[in-house]
Amino acid sequence: MKAGRAVTTVVFFAAALAAWQAVAGKGTRHLFPPPTEVAAYLVRGTADGSLLGAAWVTLGRLLLGYGIGLALGVPLGVLTARFRPAADTLGLVALGLQTLPSVCWVPLAILWFGQSELALLFVVAVGTVWAVMLAVDGAVRSVPPIYLRAARTMGSRGLHALLFVTLPAGLPYVVSGFRQGWAFAWRSLMAAEIYVTVLGGFGLGQLLHYGRELHAMDQVLGVMLLVVAVGLVADRGLFAPVERRIHRRWGLAA
Amino acid sequence: MSAEGTALAPGPPKLELRGVSKRFESAGREVLALEDVRLRVAEGEFVCLVGPSGCGKSTLLNLVAGLEFPDRGEVLVDGAPVAGPGPERTVLFQDAALFPWLSAIGNVRFGLRLRAEVPKAEREERARALLERVGLGEFLHASVHELSGGMRQRVALARALTAEPTILLMDEPFAALDALTREQFYGDLQRLWQRSRRTIVLVTHNVREAVCLGDRVVLLSARPGRVCEEFGVDLPRPRDFNQVEIAEVAGRILRTLKSHLAREDGGPEPAAP
Repeated sequence: MKAGRAVTTVVFFAAALAAWQAVAGKGTRHLFPPPTEVAAYLVRGTADGSLLGAAWVTLGRLLLGYGIGLALGVPLGVLTARFRPAADTLGLVALGLQTLPSVCWVPLAILWFGQSELALLFVVAVGTVWAVMLAVDGAVRSVPPIYLRAARTMGSRGLHALLFVTLPAGLPYVVSGFRQGWAFAWRSLMAAEIYVTVLGGFGLGQLLHYGRELHAMDQVLGVMLLVVAVGLVADRGLFAPVERRIHRRWGLAA
Repeated sequence: MSAEGTALAPGPPKLELRGVSKRFESAGREVLALEDVRLRVAEGEFVCLVGPSGCGKSTLLNLVAGLEFPDRGEVLVDGAPVAGPGPERTVLFQDAALFPWLSAIGNVRFGLRLRAEVPKAEREERARALLERVGLGEFLHASVHELSGGMRQRVALARALTAEPTILLMDEPFAALDALTREQFYGDLQRLWQRSRRTIVLVTHNVREAVCLGDRVVLLSARPGRVCEEFGVDLPRPRDFNQVEIAEVAGRILRTLKSHLAREDGGPEPAAP
């Protein structure tokens, strides 16, 4: 059964590659290069260090911006879950701004911070914070009251109860929020890097942007593939297993 | 201490409920859960509260735990009104309420960490000793989802004992367990109580369980809950759940309970045997 499914998948992608190779390069090579050329670019880019260098710069920005988003989102989510005035004000702000695609923040970020590293971090953080905040809010609200009662009878209250009971109890939802926040951060950064041309560092988005400027379609497609790969590794390889393990341990999954 | 109390209870009351009433809102309606409940529990006594479902047994326990407060009347522990939850009154809940993010010993340590007077170096040893005492010495590092219902309840008991409570409150702690595990628990709990002589207040809807465990069985009426009858149980310990004498006493109590229920108009569903 499992082997059969793997065969299906491999056959599909092999056929897709073959079809791409067959169709591409018929007069429109500069618009639709064959996979071999994209692969050649990936090898070249890896060998000369430009791809890994860009990936490294991008990852640095992502972690920093995402970290800022988490550092703001977690306490804000606790605040809106615990204090009704905060829920009626900040909670609505989060609900509204979460619907705003983060690329819409880019013009504002450029005007405020210029073509700078700060503009990029701002877009990533602002793209992350609302989803995390709403997830933490939901997590805190969904904690079974029995845990808090048990903790109170043992003398736990206030900050202790928040840090050692409420937040761990809500961890399954918090982690789902972190995962979603990461997906938003990744999309935000790609959008921002395409628009913000920082002299200080050359990220994947900028590599993509200059691929377009130079009509280097093999570069554009190659970088796109790398962006997909990074996204997949983080989501499927990192977040999904952690989330699954926590859900099982917390007794939320069968 | 009032003069009337001395005649009733063998010692000074560890716990006293004086004319306690409690109402709460349910689906927009005000429901009187407890009305004018009077109860005295002596130091070291094992009291079982029995009553039909929804008679406010758990509410009563929550009042003693300090998780809720009476609308009228007073809950006194050692003569002082209960102002909130405190480690001298820990609760064993029906579904154990263990923290799934901690291991068995982690749960016990959680309780110990909240006791400033327990030195850090001693915590590990004490947690281990407590788990060994409830028969889980081999499952120290098991995570909660790996433990059976009975084992979870044992961990919860160990955790409740970390605070060295002078009153142990138990809210239908065996209701979710299978019959065999439950009967084993009855023996263990009696041994534990005989050794430490803590005051225990146990809430149950199982009359035979109450007779098997308690020095005294207090019968609560259907909503609003009121103390309608008390039975002293002076069978020798440790008692076995399947003893004939227990069935006899339980039968007598059940008949009383049924007659009380029949007297109340409408007659809510009778208690489970």
